[in-house]
Amino acid sequence: MSLIKRALKTWLLLELLRGMALTGKYLFKKKITVEYPEERTPLSPRFRGLHALRRYENGEERCIACKLCEVVCPALAILIESEERDDGTRRTTRYDIDMSKCIFCGFCQEACPVDAIVETQEFEYATETRANLYYTKDMLLDVGKRYESQIAANIAVDVPRKG
Amino acid sequence: MSWLDVAMQGGIWALEILAIAVPIALSVAYITYAERRVIGWMQIRKGCNRVGPAGLLQPIADGLKLFLKETIIPTTANKYLFVAAPVMALVPALVAFAVVPFGETTLFGFWEETHVMAIANLNVGVLYVMAISSLAIYGILMAGWASNSKYALIGALRATGQMISYEIAMGFSIVCVLIMAGSMNLSAIVHAQAGEYGFLNWYIIPLFPMFVVFFISGCAETNRSPFDLPEGEAELVAGFFVEYSGMWFATFSLAEYAAMILISLMTAIMFLGGWYAPLPADFPVVGAFFDAIPGTVWLLGKTSFLIFVFIWFRATFPRFRYDQLMRLGWKVFLPWTLSWIAVIGMATYAGDISSNLTWISDVIGFWQPWR
Repeated sequence: MSLIKRALKTWLLLELLRGMALTGKYLFKKKITVEYPEERTPLSPRFRGLHALRRYENGEERCIACKLCEVVCPALAILIESEERDDGTRRTTRYDIDMSKCIFCGFCQEACPVDAIVETQEFEYATETRANLYYTKDMLLDVGKRYESQIAANIAVDVPRKG
Repeated sequence: MSWLDVAMQGGIWALEILAIAVPIALSVAYITYAERRVIGWMQIRKGCNRVGPAGLLQPIADGLKLFLKETIIPTTANKYLFVAAPVMALVPALVAFAVVPFGETTLFGFWEETHVMAIANLNVGVLYVMAISSLAIYGILMAGWASNSKYALIGALRATGQMISYEIAMGFSIVCVLIMAGSMNLSAIVHAQAGEYGFLNWYIIPLFPMFVVFFISGCAETNRSPFDLPEGEAELVAGFFVEYSGMWFATFSLAEYAAMILISLMTAIMFLGGWYAPLPADFPVVGAFFDAIPGTVWLLGKTSFLIFVFIWFRATFPRFRYDQLMRLGWKVFLPWTLSWIAVIGMATYAGDISSNLTWISDVIGFWQPWR
């Protein structure tokens, strides 16, 4: 009996027909394509994109040049130089991130005690030269200025989750 | 015959050739589009929809891109063979269309008798198609050899072995059709499938296994998935045309798709009743409507469906292993087609040898109008 069954299955190409029925069914299914420039997938508040340096509301830089991010960075993408300012606080004179080295692990953000260096949800910063991927302090502060409201909102969402 | 007549005849032939070659080139372009859309849909993607409305200008953009690209000839390649190979692949694929009957027409009553719409209504049409389509192997073999590349050579050898193996099964399944129709003329084969019972008169009914064998062999013959080992990208990069670029590369895909159209047309003509409607004209409700649709539309509709099935195969089945391919060709299809020839042949002969067996010959005579 099983022999006859098997012979029928083979000679009537039943398994092939079943496969074709499946692909035939998918032909009419709703398509899941996201047409990117016009449509976007939702991003997590923890999304790790382009870096930004933040300021306090009074305009003072958050970064205190503790260099924890520089130390923790596994790709050695961060370069910091610092000096003491006239008012006795320590600030960076240089804060560079080489985006072509960065692996977007988010450790710098985790390490930062004052939430100064953060990763934004921005990911469309492609450039035509590698030199343009070398972000200096001014550029990072500029990114922070542009996305401050988004960054603050994302951190606010994330705080209760972190506990 | 005066020179004027010769010139007239030549002009008419040129027009006939153009009337077939140009639509084939265009339909090849749009089959690539259909393939990308349909495979996309089956993978729940949308497929190409950017260039023009619904992506309809995509094949034109592709063609333009390929046309503007440089054709690189490798320094170690045999230049003459390298350049000749795509032409050798394309010419047989197009020349084979010369005998394909696309329908019958009186040119809206202009002619008194109906003419078959074919460039040449050959009496050995089937033989001609088989012979010419076998020649496509030379183009592929030349391409593989002239490229002076191991991938191209292995791809060409695989293609050759595969096409020769499946040609045999294909030839034997055609022999069954010839026994039934009693003619090698393609339009006569279609006429033999005419009848008052619509699709019941088609050869797909008595020869269903041969229809399956023919179509699957056609897949293998045109190097289509799941038999596309000659261009298996996992191990051979692109197979026999790995060294080709630009327009010469496009010529190979033109040949491949033209061969696919040809196989679909031949299947429609030999097994699916050619230009006849699936239901007789006196069938209630839809019969008259079906009868009003021109035969050419029926034939091209059946062909389009078969091309869709080709694409469907590609979206569904994983590629064969080479030994499985050879096993299927030689150990399954060949004995299977041979035994079916024996069955059909004996049934055809049965009525003549014994008067007790006339019922067999009556049954099979339903599909043998020459009886």
